[in-house]
Amino acid sequence: MNVELALPTRKDEDFRYSDLEALRTVWPIVTEEIVVPDGAEQTLQIVETGGGAVARHVAVTLGKGAKFDLRVLTAGPGYGRIAVDATLAQGADFTLGAAQLATGEETVEIVTEVTHAGLNATSQQIVRTVLAGKSVGTYLGRIAVERGADGTDAEQSVRAMLLERTATANARPELEIYADDVKAAHGCAVGELDAQGLFYLMSRGLTPPQAKRLMLQAFIAEAFTGAPGEEELSSAALARLEAIL
Amino acid sequence: MLKIENLTANVADKPILKGLSLTINPGEIHAIMGPNGAGKSTLGYTLGGRPGYEVTGGAVDFDGQDLLELEPHERAAAGLFLGFQYPVEIPGVSFVQFLREAANAQRKGRGEEPLSGGEFLKLAREKAGLLRMDMDMLKRPVNVGFSGGEKKRAEMVQMGILNPKLAILDETDSGLDIDALRICGEGINAIMRSADKAVLLITHYQRLLDYVKPDFVHVLANGRIVKSGGPDLALRLEEEGYEAVVQEAA
Repeated sequence: MNVELALPTRKDEDFRYSDLEALRTVWPIVTEEIVVPDGAEQTLQIVETGGGAVARHVAVTLGKGAKFDLRVLTAGPGYGRIAVDATLAQGADFTLGAAQLATGEETVEIVTEVTHAGLNATSQQIVRTVLAGKSVGTYLGRIAVERGADGTDAEQSVRAMLLERTATANARPELEIYADDVKAAHGCAVGELDAQGLFYLMSRGLTPPQAKRLMLQAFIAEAFTGAPGEEELSSAALARLEAIL
Repeated sequence: MLKIENLTANVADKPILKGLSLTINPGEIHAIMGPNGAGKSTLGYTLGGRPGYEVTGGAVDFDGQDLLELEPHERAAAGLFLGFQYPVEIPGVSFVQFLREAANAQRKGRGEEPLSGGEFLKLAREKAGLLRMDMDMLKRPVNVGFSGGEKKRAEMVQMGILNPKLAILDETDSGLDIDALRICGEGINAIMRSADKAVLLITHYQRLLDYVKPDFVHVLANGRIVKSGGPDLALRLEEEGYEAVVQEAA
């Protein structure tokens, strides 16, 4: 078991946007180690819908040809931090689909470090964040491709939706590549709901909250499409969405 | 049913509608024609309540209600349908889900019982059939990957499901091939030709009017209706062009 003892400060890049007061209440974070053996497949769904502070750190080691599918929903905590480290051996495949929803003064963050250590490993990360009120939502995602890890294919798709101008989204994708033959695509966008789409839906009779809910439901669904437990994840997200709107 | 009096409206602080008056009675089909930039689409969006279309004067009465006081969804519940020139794509939201919620939101607004899943699907299948549209297309995300013609037919399916009193159809004929034009025209007749309904067709061309015969044709130019007449006016416009007719009216 790996326990980090000293409470981080604002200078610590991985905790730059954290709610340090709330973090103190759950510190130290005990790392949850997961080992996926060669050729094995595992899945995990993390659903945090309680109101208290939560900070988790999951470290996954994927063996050769191993697959790991991780889904995360943070929808409720005043402070919700999910940190994920994944290390991929040759031919391993890692998927992260995450959605975080926040309102009021809540702070939510997803911090990932994906290390491609062997040949031909693939990783996909889809993170969707919906922020209302004065909430803060962060995604820090580092992808490291080690020397010799040719044939790497690493994707990051990160989008945040601000429902009010008072909310704040931070997104920092980072690439550190020491191999030659690497595909690393990342897309990052912070936006507001499409006004044209909203008017179209309302012109058919949907109330403004209904129209917003429908569009946000679709936005979040991208993180959970085809996942084990998709229905539970989606309905938990929807419940929170309705509370936020 | 609809009484527009001296309506003026701005878009981005620029006056577009400059004193437009028009009365539409139940059972009537009106066509508004006019050159590019006359204000045709602005009229449709203003009546639909689109944000950014600012009414600066005049009045619009819709079945005894002040239309301009209503939010877009309240206008829909009151029985107004706006057919879009460019229907919007909404990834991830299926037509079926969206239209069922929309139909039931309207019913709720009118104090009616919601449709069950089965009732809704039956209704949707019937209206899709009217427009020769495969039901499977309605299970897809709203307008995503639809051709121009499919989008317009989907608009008409929506109109059929929502069953409005008044349909304002903004260039429903643009982007349609000959067959799709006929199917849409017949769809409009089947859904809206009724003694207690009315249609306002906004169009550039006479061709849709071959299928949907208007009772009245109006020429819109520079934010006003400059000439009104019967179906023969559309034929004359097609022959002589807008310029000649607009100049004659001035």
